[in-house]
Amino acid sequence: MRASDLTLVLALAGALLGAPVAVQADAPQRVVSMNLCTDQLAMMLAARGQLLSVTYLASDPRSSAMAEQAQAYPANRGLAEDVYLMQPDLVIAGSFTTRATVEMLQRLGLRVEIFEPVQALEDIAPQILRMGDLLGQEEAAAALVEQFEADLAAFQAEVTRNPRAALYAANGFTSGPDSLSGQILETAGFTNIAADLGYARGGILPLEVLVMQAPEAVITSRPYPGNSRAEAVLQHPALRAAQDSRAAGRFSDRDWVCGTPFVLRAVAEMAQLRRILTGDDE
Amino acid sequence: MIRLFGSLAALMLVMFVAALVIGPAGVGPVESLRALVLGDGGPMTLVMREIRLPRAILAVMIGAALGLAGAAMQGYLRNPLADPGLIGVSGSAALGAVISIQTGLAAVAMLALPLAALTGAVIGVLLVLTLAGPRGGALTLILAGIAISALAGAMTSLVLNLSPNPFAANEIVFWMMGSLADRSMTHVWIALPLILAGALLLASLTRGLDALTLGEDAAEAMGINLGRMRLMLIFGTAAVVGASTAVAGAIGFIGLVVPHILRGFVGARPGRLLWASAMGGAVMLLAADIAVRVILPTRDLKLGVLTALVGAPLFLHLIYRTRRDAA
Repeated sequence: MRASDLTLVLALAGALLGAPVAVQADAPQRVVSMNLCTDQLAMMLAARGQLLSVTYLASDPRSSAMAEQAQAYPANRGLAEDVYLMQPDLVIAGSFTTRATVEMLQRLGLRVEIFEPVQALEDIAPQILRMGDLLGQEEAAAALVEQFEADLAAFQAEVTRNPRAALYAANGFTSGPDSLSGQILETAGFTNIAADLGYARGGILPLEVLVMQAPEAVITSRPYPGNSRAEAVLQHPALRAAQDSRAAGRFSDRDWVCGTPFVLRAVAEMAQLRRILTGDDE
Repeated sequence: MIRLFGSLAALMLVMFVAALVIGPAGVGPVESLRALVLGDGGPMTLVMREIRLPRAILAVMIGAALGLAGAAMQGYLRNPLADPGLIGVSGSAALGAVISIQTGLAAVAMLALPLAALTGAVIGVLLVLTLAGPRGGALTLILAGIAISALAGAMTSLVLNLSPNPFAANEIVFWMMGSLADRSMTHVWIALPLILAGALLLASLTRGLDALTLGEDAAEAMGINLGRMRLMLIFGTAAVVGASTAVAGAIGFIGLVVPHILRGFVGARPGRLLWASAMGGAVMLLAADIAVRVILPTRDLKLGVLTALVGAPLFLHLIYRTRRDAA
């Protein structure tokens, strides 16, 4: 394990274990999170007893980096009825939470704070700090941000060559440089072919065009159980033949989804792949 | 006859080459074909051999299968409205395929998927033929087909909605409209054995179908075994439609449109119409698959959309004519 990976693990463990036990008197006492990503930020920062419930998605290891911790919380399904009956004094939702649900909760007199989905690594720190403010855990948030930024900076130095890679998900969706996944890939030292092809955020990339670009690595989304044709394209023989065989079987998964310090785990994994491809692996 | 064969073969060749050289990779036709044949090991060879070639081969196979099945059913039922898509055979085949995929059966053995679709198709054909009766009037046939299509479609949607995979529910459109996008050689090998077997069964009906134009008694007098013919039709149709649907979804109207256009050219001999419709079906599906790539290259427009745009007006026209003839 490399030094940067180690500090990352320690930092995350520290953040999780070091969360203050006491709830500040003027901070919200009954917090409900309605979004997978705010679930994880809240679990990292909330004091014991302060966070009442997270979504059912947070305990699904396929999509959540903190599935185990989430087991400790009652799950909600993001429905107004669900959430209101918990009598929260603060509701944290994502901007993709249905407008109808959020409006309903506000009409019922609840305080709802909305988080935008993170599209860039630089948006992660502000979200951590905002979550700290909302929960009255400013110090823990500041410490987490400091560690996160130090670990992130450590990835920048060592790159000798940038192999070309593509992100490819169900239905042939690729993520561009203006997306969180795209930035994870770039930070790890890859060149994203979607950038050369003019995709900013992302879009549908025909398989033919992808193969013609001959990327060294294709990072696909991890298939869900119980087959779908949308994901069949990820197993197409042409896709496997196009890339370097050492890069096969790499998935973008739970560490890639949300703007939390866990993205550093994704970066570390990709950086390791890059070192294998460029022959810099020790 | 030779002229019809020649022109259909020429059309098929032109369409096949066009299907090979048209695609989002945007490489010139000569270069594409050179990469296909010579195989320089570059990415274009991969695109041609692993993406475009299987797609074009599937279009030929499945188009031919659907054209042939339509011509055979129309000949046997002596009813120009019979089409595997319209009378619910494709829908039942899709249900069989979806069940085998979602239960994981399809992953166990390569032929499990087309065989499950075949089973669905057999049940569909049997139901239609039972409901419509051996001499199936146009109206009962279509009504039975509508009911079976609706039931199979609803069951397909139910199975896909129950799937643990979040993308599965969006695939209802694929199973009802069909698409050849991003299929590979694996799919060619999956579909080929059953399509060949079914096509052989249907081709052997040539003499029987011609005899049947004189009426059932006359056909029996000529030594045609009607019971055996019926069985061969059921299994032949189910095999070609089942295997096609298993890899490409339910593509409608090809079995309706193609025999209708070609009937005049073969002197209304249903036996000859079989091979002509197979070739015509291949041409029509190749054309439709080229069109979906040209019209909306990145959106995976479904084949059934285009075939229905051509086929549905013709279907309405046929219904109108059937009513007028009956009056």
